[in-house]
Amino acid sequence: MPPTETLFLESTTRIQKDPIHSFMDFQVWDFPGQLNFLDPTFDFDHIFGELGALIWVIDAQDEYLEPLSKLHTTIIAIQRFYPAINIEVFVHKVDGLSDEYKLDTQRDIMQRTQDELSDNGFDNVQVSYHLTSIYDHSIFEAFSKVIQKLIPQLGTLENLLNILCSNSGIEKAFLFDVLSKIYIATDSSPVDMQSYEICSDYIDVIVDVSEIYGYLVDPLQEEATVEASSIIRLQNGMVLYLREINKYLALICLMRKDSIEKQGLVDFNVQVFQNALQRVFEVGR
Amino acid sequence: MEERKGRKKKVLLMGKSGSGKSSMRSIVFSNYVAKDTRRLGATIDVEHSHVRFLGNLTLNLWDCGGQDAFMENYLATQRDHIFRNVEVLIYVFDIESREFERDLITYSSCIEALRDNSSNARIFCLVHKMDLVQTELRERLFNERRDVLVSRSLGLAITCFQTSIWDETLYKAWAGIVYTLIPNLPQLETHLHRFASIADAEEVILFERTTFLVISHVTRSPIPNPFPDRFEKISNIVKQFKQSCSKMASNFTAFELRAAGFSAFIDVLTPNTYILVVMPAGAAESATTLMNIAVARKHFEKLERDSSVRGVEKLGRDSSVRGAEKDSGVRGSEKGGGGVGEKDGINGN
Repeated sequence: MPPTETLFLESTTRIQKDPIHSFMDFQVWDFPGQLNFLDPTFDFDHIFGELGALIWVIDAQDEYLEPLSKLHTTIIAIQRFYPAINIEVFVHKVDGLSDEYKLDTQRDIMQRTQDELSDNGFDNVQVSYHLTSIYDHSIFEAFSKVIQKLIPQLGTLENLLNILCSNSGIEKAFLFDVLSKIYIATDSSPVDMQSYEICSDYIDVIVDVSEIYGYLVDPLQEEATVEASSIIRLQNGMVLYLREINKYLALICLMRKDSIEKQGLVDFNVQVFQNALQRVFEVGR
Repeated sequence: MEERKGRKKKVLLMGKSGSGKSSMRSIVFSNYVAKDTRRLGATIDVEHSHVRFLGNLTLNLWDCGGQDAFMENYLATQRDHIFRNVEVLIYVFDIESREFERDLITYSSCIEALRDNSSNARIFCLVHKMDLVQTELRERLFNERRDVLVSRSLGLAITCFQTSIWDETLYKAWAGIVYTLIPNLPQLETHLHRFASIADAEEVILFERTTFLVISHVTRSPIPNPFPDRFEKISNIVKQFKQSCSKMASNFTAFELRAAGFSAFIDVLTPNTYILVVMPAGAAESATTLMNIAVARKHFEKLERDSSVRGVEKLGRDSSVRGAEKDSGVRGSEKGGGGVGEKDGINGN
């Protein structure tokens, strides 16, 4: 859904559970904001018992003191029983704010939260903060980080990507979940927003073009399909290389033009990586 | 001189204030993304812009500010100036306009002025901001509006498009408009056909380089594609991607995708065009197709050069006259400083 159409979304009135089936199954529970789920009529254990991460969204353009105090009570309640839950705070709608103001807001929220928690005797609660907006890629990036924390094999994946990068002259590699466009792993070199954005737009291109011309696929032959692969050459000598790993995942690499000259080598290395990945997920199961 | 005028096509862009003329122009010709158009202010009077399209065709775009005061001015004092030698009039209607009847009156006066001054101009009406209408109602509303517009066009033939800057309908409309302006189109199309059959391609689409509007396409696939609007869709997709490339201070030159049912290649064809070739699965190695494109490139470049040379030749004839003048000027300067001074004097007058 494009961001402009979210205007037409209605207010959430009950808990919506969206199961997401991907390389890893998880369920997103969308809570109505006006609901007080700490109320004893709700089954506390049912809600938080199997929870991996709690995402708390704060409207940065609005008065945020009251929602913040609600967040604090929630964190305190959860910490008592389920200290393993990752707490992620999205400082949302920052598109309307200036850069300086954004950081100020985030710092203010962090400070208040920390003070409040230490006042209540929880000194080392891990809370992560993300500045997000639906009008750019920051929301995807934030979700990526949330999901990454929930993946037990993350270390292994990163390691595999590192090996792939160093052996094929790749500058940056992302492992993307195609449907949601969040990346579930990347190599250990620092992520810059630009490369993430271009990769995520690249997926859009691939998905859209495939949709237009994919009608020729014979459904009977679907078993024997080859994984899609694609290359985009840019004017500044960079090359984007995409390879479909399985139904849900795609590998996207950024590299220099010289590295792709031996494309056979890159293809082979990616193939090896793909096999390794498959085995990692098999072990996980 | 006549020839150069023929190649510079005057395109009028009119419509009520705030109907989205400048936004549209910025997206199609200046690589804005839809949301960037919020920054645009009101157009004051007429903004001229020259758009080079396909190298040798220049569109002389007159973006006419639509506030009532300007409109009156166009129709009264500037009537001749504005409406003379027009090749194309693009009139934009805001679907949300509360005074449709008043818009129609202005529209009719413009059509009348156009009929008096350049009777051969083509007229396109864009019913704009269709994204604000619910999807189910769009078709019906558009048909209604079209019927009204046709009836108010003083019997002149018009073409209507429904558009929105938020989806690919914008490209459909503009590709349709530009298509009518390309001079050597039949020739281009035969060559494209031949290329498609030699390369054994399922579909070949030719795009203009800067705007990525569809110039021409050839479809050879026996099974009809379920997306009749795919050409505009691809324009839109690629343009979006070009936008994200520009964030990396770059532009993309080539694209290839090998999927289960097909392979697609987008590559630079000539300095002014991109080509998209879609091959059926397993028909050829990708290197073969890339080679075919490379071979075709020389041919199409020649075609493009030829058509622009023809223009230059005609231009050359009248520029040779100017050349002679210059020669005499040089000779004059040989004689002495006085000659140059004299010439300057003439220019000054």
